[in-house]
Amino acid sequence: MKHVKTLNTQTLNNTVKKSGCGECQTSCQSACKTSCTVGNQTCEQKK
Amino acid sequence: MIHQYKNNGYNIVLDVYSGSVHVVDDLCYDVIEILNGQNEKHTKKTLCEPEAFHILEEKLGDTYKKEELKEALADVQALTETGQLFTEDMFENMIEVVKERKTVVKALCLHIAHDCNLACRYCFAEEGEYHGRRALMSYEVGKKALDFLIANSGNRHNLEVDFFGGEPLMNWQTVKDLVAYGREQEKIHDKHFRFTVTTNGVLLNDEIQEFVNQEMDNVVLSLDGRKEVNDRMRPFRNGKGSYDLIVPKFQKLADSRNQEKYYVRGTFTRENLDFAEDILHFADLGFKQMSIEPVVGDESDPYAIREEDLPAIMGEYVRLAKIMIERKKAGKGFNFFHFMIDLNGGPCVAKRLSGCGSGTEYLAVTPWGDLYPCHQFVGQEEFLMGNVDEGITKPEIADDFRSCNVYSKEKCRDCFAKFYCSGGCMANSYNFHGTIHNTYDIGCEMQRKRVECAIMIKAALAEG
Repeated sequence: MKHVKTLNTQTLNNTVKKSGCGECQTSCQSACKTSCTVGNQTCEQKK
Repeated sequence: MIHQYKNNGYNIVLDVYSGSVHVVDDLCYDVIEILNGQNEKHTKKTLCEPEAFHILEEKLGDTYKKEELKEALADVQALTETGQLFTEDMFENMIEVVKERKTVVKALCLHIAHDCNLACRYCFAEEGEYHGRRALMSYEVGKKALDFLIANSGNRHNLEVDFFGGEPLMNWQTVKDLVAYGREQEKIHDKHFRFTVTTNGVLLNDEIQEFVNQEMDNVVLSLDGRKEVNDRMRPFRNGKGSYDLIVPKFQKLADSRNQEKYYVRGTFTRENLDFAEDILHFADLGFKQMSIEPVVGDESDPYAIREEDLPAIMGEYVRLAKIMIERKKAGKGFNFFHFMIDLNGGPCVAKRLSGCGSGTEYLAVTPWGDLYPCHQFVGQEEFLMGNVDEGITKPEIADDFRSCNVYSKEKCRDCFAKFYCSGGCMANSYNFHGTIHNTYDIGCEMQRKRVECAIMIKAALAEG
């Protein structure tokens, strides 16, 4: 594509199938403790 | 839903419901903007109808050639066809499943000491006392908390326990004993404990460091940045600053962990809106993993972040992002917690829809064994959910937290960042609106800017 560079290969929809195992880290436990950031976490199944 | 923005010379288009991120040229940026204005629910079919090209010719015909507009429209059509642009919301239907799901407890914040050897001016825990009395958690209470976690964790293998305070090193023997107990129990119950500790470092020594490195998956080291900034907000009870005592200990600990699995974590206030300098100070001290958070405080506090501070804060995030790119390219990169984003291996949709887990998957335990939805609610009696002896005695509180998600809040529905913050901090919402079902608007503004910067950094680094 001449005008577009896409940064990711996965879409959110791809994650639905194996969604919700719950083994991942609790969102605010790791560093912040005062806000909620989820998007920066890594899926436990993809580690 | 499409969110597009320009940052540091990059034109970025985020397709919210697929999570796809596109870096586009000016032509394509303008074309997407016009098409999205024409119809937010464009499909491959509507994009192929004559009206789509007509509006581009009408609005952009003076700026771009007809052939260029055709080319860009073809790109937009191709992205739409492959589910990477104008993607419709497929997740709202999942929300009922998420709300109704049976949750298990998988993380505890153990308030191992409601006492502190510092007197930080902004402390939400009121110098460790949490609207209550000074107290240390006994081994017996801690054991019951771990038993409660195991018993309520269903099939979850990985269980998290953060030793928090106050200052947890003030009750270090209990921490050590509870880790030993956890290691014994995890074998019996086929679980794995991930222990973490959050400390101000005052009591950190070689013996503690060795134990921490052996047993703790992550360590959060509290420090605010430059000496004058840190010492203004984080003094000892006698008023003396803590920087000189703490920094060498933290440097040693970070090195001993190979600069991994820790965060130096600071708080910024309206007294240091140039907080990028504090992050850079961490980097110059040799730290590689860091975080700095906006202060949580009452609007009447002189140091609290105000709406009028937002332009300066936004500018500071962008400045920090640019410097981080430069440093990364120079081989001197470091991680800033809020600019970390995993576009390919990030969390699943269920995680993004279900929020932080407070009140359901994550609970805080006081020194005397009371259970609260999270550490920020401790001491607010209306949120007392039960205790380690009887378990959850007020399940309606958990139900209320479980019902709170990005689709239950009007402000989140229309926000492009909803799948990155997952609805934000419920404690912050409660502090500002008296309900967990709202949002802390100043916090949302900052969160959106951090997401934008995080994506921009990815774009810049993808260029090589």
